[in-house]
Amino acid sequence: MEIFWVLGIPLFGGLMMAVFGTRQHAPEFNSALSFCTFVASAVLTTRVITGGPFSIWGEQFFVDAFNVFLVALTAFVGFTTSLFSRPYMRIEQHHGKLSINMLRLYYSMYQLFSFTMLLALLTNNMGILWVAMEAATLTTVLLVSLYRTPASLEAAWKYFILCGVGLAQALFGTILLYFAAEKILGAGGTALLWTHLNEVKTQLEPTVLSLAFVFLLVGYGTKIGLAPLHNWLPDAHAEGPTPVSAVLSGLLLNVALYAVVRSKVLVDGALGTHLAGNLMMAFGLLSVVMAAFFLARQKDVKRMFAYSSIEHMGLMTFAFGMGGPVATFAGLLHMTVHSLTKSAIFFAVGHAAQKSGTQLMKDIRGLIKTSPTVGWGLALGTLAILGMPPFGVFTSEFMILTTAMHTYPWTMPFLLIALGVAFASIFGRMQLMVFGETTGHRLPHPPAMIPVFLHLALVLLLGLYIPPYLADWYRQATALIG
Amino acid sequence: MNIPLTSQLINMCAALLLLIAFAMLSQRRILSLINLFALQGLILAFSTALVAHTSNQHHLYYSAGLTLMLKVLVLPWVLHRLIRKLNIKWDVETMFNIPTIMLVGLALVIFAFNLAAPISQMAGTITKSTLGIAMASVLLSFLMMITRSKAVPQVVGFLAMENGLFFAATSATYGMPMVVELGIALDVLVGMFILGIFFFQIRVAFDSLDLHHMEKLKED
Repeated sequence: MEIFWVLGIPLFGGLMMAVFGTRQHAPEFNSALSFCTFVASAVLTTRVITGGPFSIWGEQFFVDAFNVFLVALTAFVGFTTSLFSRPYMRIEQHHGKLSINMLRLYYSMYQLFSFTMLLALLTNNMGILWVAMEAATLTTVLLVSLYRTPASLEAAWKYFILCGVGLAQALFGTILLYFAAEKILGAGGTALLWTHLNEVKTQLEPTVLSLAFVFLLVGYGTKIGLAPLHNWLPDAHAEGPTPVSAVLSGLLLNVALYAVVRSKVLVDGALGTHLAGNLMMAFGLLSVVMAAFFLARQKDVKRMFAYSSIEHMGLMTFAFGMGGPVATFAGLLHMTVHSLTKSAIFFAVGHAAQKSGTQLMKDIRGLIKTSPTVGWGLALGTLAILGMPPFGVFTSEFMILTTAMHTYPWTMPFLLIALGVAFASIFGRMQLMVFGETTGHRLPHPPAMIPVFLHLALVLLLGLYIPPYLADWYRQATALIG
Repeated sequence: MNIPLTSQLINMCAALLLLIAFAMLSQRRILSLINLFALQGLILAFSTALVAHTSNQHHLYYSAGLTLMLKVLVLPWVLHRLIRKLNIKWDVETMFNIPTIMLVGLALVIFAFNLAAPISQMAGTITKSTLGIAMASVLLSFLMMITRSKAVPQVVGFLAMENGLFFAATSATYGMPMVVELGIALDVLVGMFILGIFFFQIRVAFDSLDLHHMEKLKED
């Protein structure tokens, strides 16, 4: 029943906002809807804490240790982003960038986007997972092009075509998966249910599954933003409204990675080799290295942090590819902390760009003077994402690096150089943006800084102390993923 | 060798689909391209119904009906309306090197057949020989998307790719579970609706649907 509310509220909300999105209190209503979704997901989470994993409705939906924390995380960041977008979008409207009808579209699509991500996470059916991923692309295309500027339209078109083609590959992968599964589970609705597939994974035809995994990895990998399929990601992040960048980076990329990891579990079982892991390590490592070097050349602040997302998603893919208890645990933790930190950074960056009237880093100066909260938010967020202790990103990166050093020592030079380059380029620019003489002006509405510090506090907490049930989920999920 | 009439018909449909994929690759007029796309949908629906008849898979009749509705009636109608409203009905795209594109297409077909061969051998469906053609039409549509520089042909290529995937699902496994197929159809429909809005936005911003104008976002 909780699952019904978790999915029903955003779906209903999307339709409601399409009708009432032009009202004066639409932003508050939007936050209220996201808050209800968050409460529903919290209830779902407590049920899993007390009662363990379960599935409902003919096993079409299920919750286990792997997706429950992602559902809670998605609902939580969805809620805080809706809080952030309230003043942010008002300021954009004040600056004349958005009309009231564009805002209606924004709120409606925002709720539907939350719905598609939660559906992708909660469904047990690999086919519906694909449908939800495609729907997530469709709902965000119009969000990326919200400002209707030539650049944003170009970004949205690129996003649509690249992710559409990518996801078509994933659909072919899903067809192949069904083809292999049908022989053992019989035709019909149950042959694509992940729980059923997981039970018979050792009997699935290895040749078909390895081919299916290549297609699934390339397909969903486009959505994760793995190099060399990442081209859409920096454009979509830089040209869309900042709340959209925050949920794209913080949530959508995670959901795509979730789809890949779910597929990997099946393929590993069928093949009994490390092929899937090796492929993921290769894509992950390439993304980390490539993103780090592109980071150094960026002028636009949102573009820079978009490349940083590619880098971190690459690191997670690499960690899941290595496998083993420590690396997988670290990958799951990194999914959580990256999502919280990166969305917090985008919130701060969004307000910083509004204050300076530009996203170009050379024109954003002295944030700490005009509004200390935005400045400190950006500074602390940047330190957190760069893996400074005691933030949670440090813990997960440390675990990933030590495992890599132990099992795949040849990757160390690549990883260390890439992380070093990323550190130097982001840290240097952050200092200039935060300190120094100011050029910014006051915002017409007070900025929303509570979400930023809330996220950073959670990341700090996860660096110092992981709650026992969360650690327990990570461990269970680790056992599942292997 | 004695092949039953229905399988021969299905194989002929597959051959026609491949032919249409090549025709779309070289078709420069937008209007004809959309008509070709509708024809492709029609053959797809017909062959799906044939497979349903021969294999007694009744859910495939629904898939065939869905294909007929969506890909022969609704989508071409929407596309026709769009090009009329956007006033690009008689547009002819300038394309260079059509012979080269055709040759690349031939290579792709050979590649697709090789890729599909091991899977076809494992398939127990009466349509397993057509899997290679299905993969070839996916790849040819992909090639079409790459070689076009206008928005509408790119989208037709995208939809044709979806047709190819649908055909692959029918030939390898007698189609996906119904709930998934409905979901995919919904996605395609919503996607088309969103693209419709999008075309107008692009036209307002760029004064044209030629994507050459869109090369501002680059790494420098």
